[in-house]
Amino acid sequence: MNFPILSWMIFIPLIGAMLILCTPKGMEKTIKGLALVFSFIPLVLAGMVYANFNPKIADLQFVEKILWIPIFNIHYFVGLDGISISIFLLTALLTFLSVLISCNITKRVKEYFMLFLVLEVGMLGVFVAIDLFLFYIFWEVVLIPMYFLIGVWGGPRRRYAAIKFVLYTVAGSLIMLIGILCVYFTSNPHTMDILELSKTCTFAREFQNIMFFLFFIGFAVKVPIWPFHTWLPDAHTEAPTAASVILACILLKMGVYGFLRISFPIFPEAAIYFAYPFAVLGVINIIYGALTAMAQNDLKKMIAYSSISHMGFCLIAMSALTVTGINGAVVQMFTHGAVTGSLFMLVGVIYDRAHTRNIDEFSGLWQKMPIYTGLMTLAVLASLGLPGLAGFIGEFVCLMGTFVSTFPGFKLLAILSTSGVVITAVYLLWMMERVFWRGLNPKWEHLTDINKRELLAIIPILIVIILIGICPDLLVNLMNVSTIQMVKGIMP
Amino acid sequence: MINNAWLVPAIPFIVFMTITFFTKRFKNLSSWLSIAGILASFSMACVILRELSMSGQRHYEFSLPWFESGEFQLEMGMLVDPLSSIMMVVVTLVSLMIQVYSRGYLSAEKNVDFSRYYSFISLFTFSMLGLVLANNFITIFACWELVGLCSYLLIGFWHHKPSAAAAAKKAFIITRLADAGFLIGILCVGFYAGTFNFLNIEGLIHEGQISSQILTIMAVLIFIGAMGKSAQFPFHTWLPDAMEGPSPVSALIHAATMVVAGVYLVARTYTMFDAGPNALLVVGYVGGFTALFAASIGLCQNDIKRVLAYSTLSQLGYMMLALGVGGFSAGMFHLTTHAFFKALLFLAAGSVIHAMHSNNIWDMGGLGKKMPITAIVFIIGSLAIAGVPPLAGFWSKETVLMAAYSSGHMLLFIIGEIGALMTAFYMFRLCFVTFGGETRKHDAHPHESPWVMTIPMCILAFLAITAGFIGSPYLNDWFQGFVCFDSGHAAHHRGEHSGHQLVMIISLSMTGIGILGAWLVYGIKAINLDFVKKTFIYKLVFNKYFFDEIYDVIIVKPFVGLTKFSVGFDQGVIDGMVNGVATVTAGCGSFVRRIQTGLVQSYILAMMVGIIILLVIWMWGG
Repeated sequence: MNFPILSWMIFIPLIGAMLILCTPKGMEKTIKGLALVFSFIPLVLAGMVYANFNPKIADLQFVEKILWIPIFNIHYFVGLDGISISIFLLTALLTFLSVLISCNITKRVKEYFMLFLVLEVGMLGVFVAIDLFLFYIFWEVVLIPMYFLIGVWGGPRRRYAAIKFVLYTVAGSLIMLIGILCVYFTSNPHTMDILELSKTCTFAREFQNIMFFLFFIGFAVKVPIWPFHTWLPDAHTEAPTAASVILACILLKMGVYGFLRISFPIFPEAAIYFAYPFAVLGVINIIYGALTAMAQNDLKKMIAYSSISHMGFCLIAMSALTVTGINGAVVQMFTHGAVTGSLFMLVGVIYDRAHTRNIDEFSGLWQKMPIYTGLMTLAVLASLGLPGLAGFIGEFVCLMGTFVSTFPGFKLLAILSTSGVVITAVYLLWMMERVFWRGLNPKWEHLTDINKRELLAIIPILIVIILIGICPDLLVNLMNVSTIQMVKGIMP
Repeated sequence: MINNAWLVPAIPFIVFMTITFFTKRFKNLSSWLSIAGILASFSMACVILRELSMSGQRHYEFSLPWFESGEFQLEMGMLVDPLSSIMMVVVTLVSLMIQVYSRGYLSAEKNVDFSRYYSFISLFTFSMLGLVLANNFITIFACWELVGLCSYLLIGFWHHKPSAAAAAKKAFIITRLADAGFLIGILCVGFYAGTFNFLNIEGLIHEGQISSQILTIMAVLIFIGAMGKSAQFPFHTWLPDAMEGPSPVSALIHAATMVVAGVYLVARTYTMFDAGPNALLVVGYVGGFTALFAASIGLCQNDIKRVLAYSTLSQLGYMMLALGVGGFSAGMFHLTTHAFFKALLFLAAGSVIHAMHSNNIWDMGGLGKKMPITAIVFIIGSLAIAGVPPLAGFWSKETVLMAAYSSGHMLLFIIGEIGALMTAFYMFRLCFVTFGGETRKHDAHPHESPWVMTIPMCILAFLAITAGFIGSPYLNDWFQGFVCFDSGHAAHHRGEHSGHQLVMIISLSMTGIGILGAWLVYGIKAINLDFVKKTFIYKLVFNKYFFDEIYDVIIVKPFVGLTKFSVGFDQGVIDGMVNGVATVTAGCGSFVRRIQTGLVQSYILAMMVGIIILLVIWMWGG
């Protein structure tokens, strides 16, 4: 296929952003239409990518490689393989749905949608960039629009949250930048090509360890790994619904993806060396996140902490360095993205109506919003890992991958992680009981059920959740071959 | 027909989808659709059972690949063998009866959402059949969780009631806790056996590929899951609370089918238990303890459904006990007969509650005259569960006790006999208090239930009388021959008949003493037991040995404390440190800013001071 489909996907939203920039401020309908169209086209192209992707090939597909900055040997190099395709497709889907769900925005419409499309450029770019420099650029492109989305359209404490988010991430990515430069200048010949770095360059062990650590800081902030996580609850709580969705579903995955794409293949010995601390941090994420989520009263904060908990499964599964483990991490990335995305959208629906997210203020909403309750139940069940829905696949493959690891002691860590599954059920069902069950709080007599536009945004993602739950092969099949190759490269 | 066995679970699933997406608005249509679907499933299950018993082949397996990851190939599949085909018939039959009955039971309530009820019941039937038919651990676990979900949704069917909401959540969470053990067991199986398929694992065990210690660990982990679902001690507290659900739901899910899933799981993976030394002992003693423990609580509860719930716990304990002493067929036989008479008892209790609008047995009394059919079927059920010959419970309980006796575990045998005594006593306490004597609550006007409720009860009563014959000498112990455990190596002891008379005499006298005692105390009131109520033991038993309170103190409270602590740690320590760094940085910034006044004089002053200091240092050092 000679058509540079990936580049088109990345840059079409940019064209959309430019067009919105040229549209007069008053034409809000045109702006929303433009945003919808220009986030829909990448989705259609994503469908074509999925149709043309060959899961039997372990190497990169849809490759585009152009020499970009010759003196530094930097390429414009993009491509997809089994590790990245699932999350890449999810990005296209969720961005479109997020644009759809934010159509009720009234404040600074033009800027909002422009930023959203720029955000999409960065996110899509991160997952296909195979050149460290390009990767870093896209990584930073994501940051700026998100800062404004939180800082301008957010809740009451938006300034604090936005600045916290940006400081954390910039600090992390600067440290990562040092890592990138070190890797570049140590490699011989100097290169930024991730493939080449992972295949041909073997770095000294101590160097690998130091570099792994530098990249770790950059990615750990994004995942977020305990104790670098405290920006997340604040950012999630203050961000507007669509930005929360994007944060939880895509931005967090950039961290995990970074480990899988860069840290593990380029520094394999360090990956083995750091397997234990890494896995222990994963377990801490799982249990600590779940415990903290339990005591939250704000719906969004609870889901934010549950994200921390769920990302722990990715960490522990990755660190096991088994095929199933890596598969599990990638699957969990996808399923958590879909599940948490739907949860945040649904919370947005109730917040738009009730203007509060405090769990204790609600009661008996089932009686007023039966359809909404049904959808919320489905999303919650997916999040607590009910078989037949996507969440179970992610958790199960992660646990299985951890359990079969050859590193001694990982079985114990897998067993500890199962406690996370139990605690998740406790806090989510307790939340359901307090918000939807019991008698109706008369304060909410006037609430109306979910409307058509909201349904339109939420149903597709729920369909994905059910589909993956019933036929996980659709997802796992995409990555299995690439993962096998990757693990072969890491474990001698 | 066997080759189309997938249709049996598929039909309820299609019904579930149809109701959810199409017929939600048409309540009556939804309910009749569901009943028609389960009738079709039931007929097919019967045909399959018949074909299987005729055919020479022991089992038929069908499976589809599900997904593949690294070294694991996961499948979704079915295994039709005697065990699963019997269960299939039991599940579909009880489900059919309950669905018909529910039409009458629920229409008494105002604005009942039939569609929601029947869609959940259909989903449940689908999941339960899937569980029964599963040919591997992944499928069984998936269905296992789904039946748990349905139980959650149906316990909380009246979701506006806070007590129902709490009970639903409690049921889900406690079983989930146990399922974590099951999940770890499955991970072990995957790692040590490399496959999740039951038959493949059995093959590996027979070849001696898996060490017996590992097998014991796996079996015990799986048994933890079974204990949760079957509400065995110490996971028993959710089942009595689950009685918050509508009575037909209690009959279907919390008496006849879902709660026996734990017993079924042990039976399904019996090879693992059999090969791992001590694993069966754990099963037997947990079961035996639960049988006695729950029966004792049942002696003094006042809520008719709760007595039945404790009775269910106790009977589930019996089944586990039977499996634990090597009585594979005995356990499954008791499971089958129990499904009929316990479903019957719950439906009859539901009929009483329907008429009285109360659960308390002391509000009732004299109902025998006003609701004769209900009274008769309830007494039939009680006779069956007490083990009066020739009703169903007699034959199955006899096989269980016989298995315990012949295994040589005398303690378990004695437990079983004492449990039988208690069972007879508390069941007839219910009968005498509810149906005998005079009416105590005069504002209620009890009346017999409509035919949609009495007919299913009569059918189940018929089964409660006759179902035992399939395992009796009159039919050549057909059940024991059909559903038997093939241990791989021959000469497995299977109920030698020595001591048969002795066991029968002991257990019949236990039953007799129990019924007689209940008659003396509650029937003719010849003995007054009020003095017992003042004793400490009575208070202990009456309050269910305070297990809810104990769990609250040793588990719930510390757990809540832990969550509070982690939030405090998160905000105080971690975020405090983050904000501290920010404050310090900002502080430094503002301090530095103060120096930068913009006044040239002060800059020159600073410069002069600096030069002087440097000069001083230079002269000092020089």
